[in-house]
Amino acid sequence: MYRYDEFDHAFVSARVEQFKDQVERRLAGELTEDQFRPLRLMNGVYLQLHAYMLRVAIPYGTLSSRQMRKLAHIARHYDRGYGHFTTRQNLQYNWPALKDMPKVLDELASVEMHALQTSGNCIRNVTADHFAGAAADEVADPRPYAEILRQWSSMHPEFSYLPRKFKIAVTGAERDRAAIQVHDIGLHLKKNGAGELGFAVYVGGGQGRTPMVAKKIRDFLPVEDLLTYTTAIMRVYNLNGRRDNKYKARIKILVHETGTEELTRQVEAEWQVLKESDLKLPQKDVDAIDSYFRAPNLPLRPEGWSELAAARKADHSFSTWVDQNVTPHKNPDYGVITISLKPIGGIPGDATDAQMDLVADIAERFSQDEIRVSHEQNLVLPYVAIADLRIVYDLLLTDGLATANAGLITDIIACPGLDYCALANARSIPVAQRISERFGKAERQADIGELKIKISGCINACGHHHVGHIGILGVEKKGEELYQISLGGSGDEICTIGDITGRGFSSEEIVDAVETIVDRYLEIRTDKEETFLATYRRVGAAPFKDALYSEAANAA
Amino acid sequence: MSVKVLTANRLTDGEAVWLGANGEWLEHIDGALIARHAEAVSALEEAGKAAIKSNLVIDVNVIDVEERGTNLYPLRLRERIRQLGPTIRLDLGKQAEKPKATAA
Repeated sequence: MYRYDEFDHAFVSARVEQFKDQVERRLAGELTEDQFRPLRLMNGVYLQLHAYMLRVAIPYGTLSSRQMRKLAHIARHYDRGYGHFTTRQNLQYNWPALKDMPKVLDELASVEMHALQTSGNCIRNVTADHFAGAAADEVADPRPYAEILRQWSSMHPEFSYLPRKFKIAVTGAERDRAAIQVHDIGLHLKKNGAGELGFAVYVGGGQGRTPMVAKKIRDFLPVEDLLTYTTAIMRVYNLNGRRDNKYKARIKILVHETGTEELTRQVEAEWQVLKESDLKLPQKDVDAIDSYFRAPNLPLRPEGWSELAAARKADHSFSTWVDQNVTPHKNPDYGVITISLKPIGGIPGDATDAQMDLVADIAERFSQDEIRVSHEQNLVLPYVAIADLRIVYDLLLTDGLATANAGLITDIIACPGLDYCALANARSIPVAQRISERFGKAERQADIGELKIKISGCINACGHHHVGHIGILGVEKKGEELYQISLGGSGDEICTIGDITGRGFSSEEIVDAVETIVDRYLEIRTDKEETFLATYRRVGAAPFKDALYSEAANAA
Repeated sequence: MSVKVLTANRLTDGEAVWLGANGEWLEHIDGALIARHAEAVSALEEAGKAAIKSNLVIDVNVIDVEERGTNLYPLRLRERIRQLGPTIRLDLGKQAEKPKATAA
């Protein structure tokens, strides 16, 4: 894992001191809210419906046990005993007091964490594949490059006041688990024919009120050019991105209005100026960062396979969990565990302080002291020996963390919605809970297979509804919550924005509507191997619309 | 018939509060100062501006409520959730102190 150097320590400590002074001046009335608001946002402090909210950055979703224990400690002492893992691989506390914020940031700094770049029109916390460094299908670990981007972008004087926020995601596998094509910049780390590492560069993706899939503007960028090329993109955006209308200020609009070809030409022209500048990455610097992320020396544990076979035979629930929540590791004696934060009927992404402590303990004993946060609001143990799966499962069971539903219909992404969020128009979490309960039986979920439901409580799309196989957007209409459904979205390497089905559904109707869609899928799929998404791509929206609306019409 | 009250979040901890008839910021909507006509609403808006200057509260807004018996019922779900707490965690927020209340 990356460890702070002296510069990092001094930088984060200075920011804590600075913010402490700003909070004191605000509480003393020396700063007005108009003056203070941008300052608190730069430190991750928002105001929500019931209280302030602190958004803590978890760069590229990687945490040590010590850091996780600190997050638990903060939840216990400064909040209400829980935190919410978000679709940006961050953690949000929903109840901290403003007067406590400097102490909380101090606590975070003591374990090399902070809340920088979690708000404002800057380059936000860089996200990455949550299986990075562990997945069997990976070409190379994308996190060293995410870390290089973090160091380069932190307090970047040129890019701290962009037209709008800017999100970068990096993946190192063909299978895109980081949804890079719905980010402002998406980087796909890969090898060329000569075996050299580089990036396919995507620009202008995003969700929100104008969802767009990013355009590939370069198929192979040598890694040494990561910062020169990214700077070129940022400069073109910073210069030409719209500042007159916040809804048209993201780079996706610039790409759309300029045209991909012309925008690419502008970026390449800017890059020619920067290409040989100081930003060109020396290999020794890349190697230095890379060394922090070197895979741990995993001992051979071949005994695990026979033990696993016996354990599976003896316990069907355990066997189901292994099938669903354990992903192949680079090392065949190991597995990558997804810890579902989606218990049936539970709140997606929430974890109690005790659960965080438990995960920290398990990671320390069985996963090389490392934990990941996924953008799907789950936790990941990246280095667990097959031989230890049973004991890890038993430990997870003790606090409700062994739900066997990764990638299934109850593994729902949901934003905080109107239960907490000042921007929301409708609630998301209760809808997720009711869908989870409706489909909660293990056999039913298994029969339905892979199906990603994603729910947002407003058009900002924090719940990624545009790329849900079934997406649900909550809106407010005539004072009531109304839910619009979209189908066929996908945030993976074949990225698509979902198609809106038609008129929305009331809170009472929405779960039935989802069930209608699922039932229609089960009727028309060619066989059990054809997933919901594959079926949708084969048949289009018509059969689902027919099921939704003709049935509704009949009922009326 | 809807009437209006003034709401905000307390500066120090962000707690949702309502301007009381006694001029204090109250943690519960009961006892909020009710504006029943245009002049009273203007007075509320002026009070809101003054409150921002006083640095006791932030995000000050006039909201619509209905008088239902002795209770005040915010017309928007958003405000009802602010009044009570998250509908998914009845153990949190103001509802945790007021077990009879229900959100939404």
